[in-house]
Amino acid sequence: MPANLLVDIAWTHVTSRVRQTLVGMAGVAMGVGFTIMMAGLMEGSQIDFLRQLVDTMPHVTVQDDRRSVPIQPAEQEYGAVQMSNVANLNSRPGIRYPESVMASLRSWIPGDVAPSVRTTAIIDHGGGRLGVTLTGIDPRQEIRVSKLASQMREGQIGDLSRAPNAIIIGQALAEKLAVKAGDTLLLIGGQGVQVTSTVVGVFRSGLKRVDEGQIYSLINLAQLMMGQSGVINELRLRLNDPLIAQKIATQVEGQTGYKSVSWQEANSDLLSSFSVRDFIVLTVMGAMLLTSSFATYNIISTITHEKRQDIAIMKSLGMRETSVRRIFIFEAAIIGVVGILAGWVIGYLLCYGWSKITIYNTLTGTTVPLSIYYSPTHYLVAGGISLLCCTGAAFFPARKATRVHPVEIIRGAS
Amino acid sequence: MSEVALQATGLVRRIEGDVSHILVNGIDLSVNKGEFLAITGPSGSGKSSLLYLLGLLDAPNEGDVIICGQPTSKLSESERADVRLTRLGFVFQFHFLLPEFTSLDNVILPMRAAGKMSEKDMRERGLELLASLGLKEHASKRPNQLSGGQRQRVAIARALSNRPEIIVADEPTGALDTASTEQVFSILREIADNGRTVVVVTHDPALAARADRRVHIVDGKIHETFVGERKAAEAAVTADVTTAEP
Ligand SMILES: Nc1ncnc2c1ncn2[C@@H]1O[C@H](COP(=O)(O)OP(=O)(O)OP(=O)(O)O)[C@@H](O)[C@H]1O
Ligand SMILES: [Mg+2]
Repeated sequence: MPANLLVDIAWTHVTSRVRQTLVGMAGVAMGVGFTIMMAGLMEGSQIDFLRQLVDTMPHVTVQDDRRSVPIQPAEQEYGAVQMSNVANLNSRPGIRYPESVMASLRSWIPGDVAPSVRTTAIIDHGGGRLGVTLTGIDPRQEIRVSKLASQMREGQIGDLSRAPNAIIIGQALAEKLAVKAGDTLLLIGGQGVQVTSTVVGVFRSGLKRVDEGQIYSLINLAQLMMGQSGVINELRLRLNDPLIAQKIATQVEGQTGYKSVSWQEANSDLLSSFSVRDFIVLTVMGAMLLTSSFATYNIISTITHEKRQDIAIMKSLGMRETSVRRIFIFEAAIIGVVGILAGWVIGYLLCYGWSKITIYNTLTGTTVPLSIYYSPTHYLVAGGISLLCCTGAAFFPARKATRVHPVEIIRGAS
Repeated sequence: MSEVALQATGLVRRIEGDVSHILVNGIDLSVNKGEFLAITGPSGSGKSSLLYLLGLLDAPNEGDVIICGQPTSKLSESERADVRLTRLGFVFQFHFLLPEFTSLDNVILPMRAAGKMSEKDMRERGLELLASLGLKEHASKRPNQLSGGQRQRVAIARALSNRPEIIVADEPTGALDTASTEQVFSILREIADNGRTVVVVTHDPALAARADRRVHIVDGKIHETFVGERKAAEAAVTADVTTAEP
């Protein structure tokens, strides 16, 4: 059966019920439009958030740590021995020969690496005591692996070398302690070491836990506070493409034997909450598209009912049941396609409208427009699913109606 | 010996149910190519039921319908549809034209469904058919802009569209006035004279008399068979000739 005949018949059916058809198209258009808007908003905010997260964090962190307790000598000797609560074999902290490890990493990773010393310290100021993470950095190398330089609100990273025992602290911490650049604090290290240090800079990353609990110093001050001179216990990598961090981390870990954590692993809780959110939103969008095709179901049901006689006569003239059924599928497709095209326009306009709305962004501390992610995939997927729903919705009434035996109708009408 | 176009052998059609009902009860019938056969009988005797079986719209419980030598009882539903499309033409009491389509579009519908001709050839043939039935000026009208007789003639044009060997008609003049009835009958007569087989169910005795043969059905069985006026006259002439010969 030539398809253009079926399309012609379908076309006359839908064009002779303009109002109903428009309602059906409007339903599809709404579903597609709002789905595109939701997808754009959701993915926009997610991408925005991840981009800032990735900017503030090292992409891969190599730590002087292993994923499992090393095998004890006794275990190597005697298979049946079970050891527990034994001091680590490699009790001396730090990454061995950090310079050569870094040199070797630099030779193949697509990015850069910088050394640091990570320890904890207590700030004693104005009678209060606060535990913080102290990271000792090399300002010249740090610039290549982190955005700290651009996060400085007061002072610069280079100022760490300008004063004895200089530190840079987060803005939230500075506000809590009521200190500013130039003030001094008492730092207490793990081994009881106490130094008076000068605040030379204030940064703001936008992540509260960082701005409140992270301070930076030169490497040797951190080593002093840790009581381990010459130690480097962390290498931080920045990659040209943050998305390959997981792969690189695995390779680095394989090469060095040290625990290497990608930003994805470090934030796996956050990312998994994203995937839950994605799942929920996708379900809602699917339901929206499905509901938006209900009007089409209604229209096709009505048309097939009204056209029982035409169906009977077409079948009696010798058109096959499947061909006659296809007429009604085409009708749904016509409604679907026009609705989808309108939905694309609506979706685009809604996204555009949202992008004109500004909100306060806690990460940057500024008012920015809502970030919308425009992607042809959203349009194609929303359109595809919607078309599928429409034709699916038409299939059942069409099948029921075209199954009718022509004799029944011809007898009834004569 | 003339060629058989349509043959029914031992046709039985039952409706199974709480009370089972026999619509057609063992009919054997053979219609020649170019023959005009009328089926008559009281209301409820099973004329329409028989016609639906002969036109492959319905399937018998027993027996077979042989169309141009092809038995049809073993065909699938879509194969039966193909036979209807290419070898059979239908006319019913109700015209059954598609309301959104013009006369011409209704007429060329079976040709488009068969998909064997170019758009131009189909339109040409459609217009020719309409013209031959006196509907030249009505080609672009829709069914609701036509009179009952005109609609019925459009339906006949549609039935002829794929040049079927057999035309089946169920009381095609049942809803028409005398003038239109006369017109439709002349048309059917002409179709048969042009070599097609025509099977018509009718209540009109005058009409039935113009057929080549008439079968009278009672209770789903052939009760009597009559030879039509024309055939009878022809037979008489032949008889005269044969008796006069020696
Ligand atoms: N689906 C059905 N179930 C039960 N009985 C039926 C069914 N269809 C038809 N009949 C009966 O079968 C008989 C034959 O019907 P049919 O339509 O063939 O008669 P007909 O000779 O065409 O009558 P008419 O001249 O009134 O059109 C009738 O008694 C009718 O009531
Ligand atoms: Mg009848």
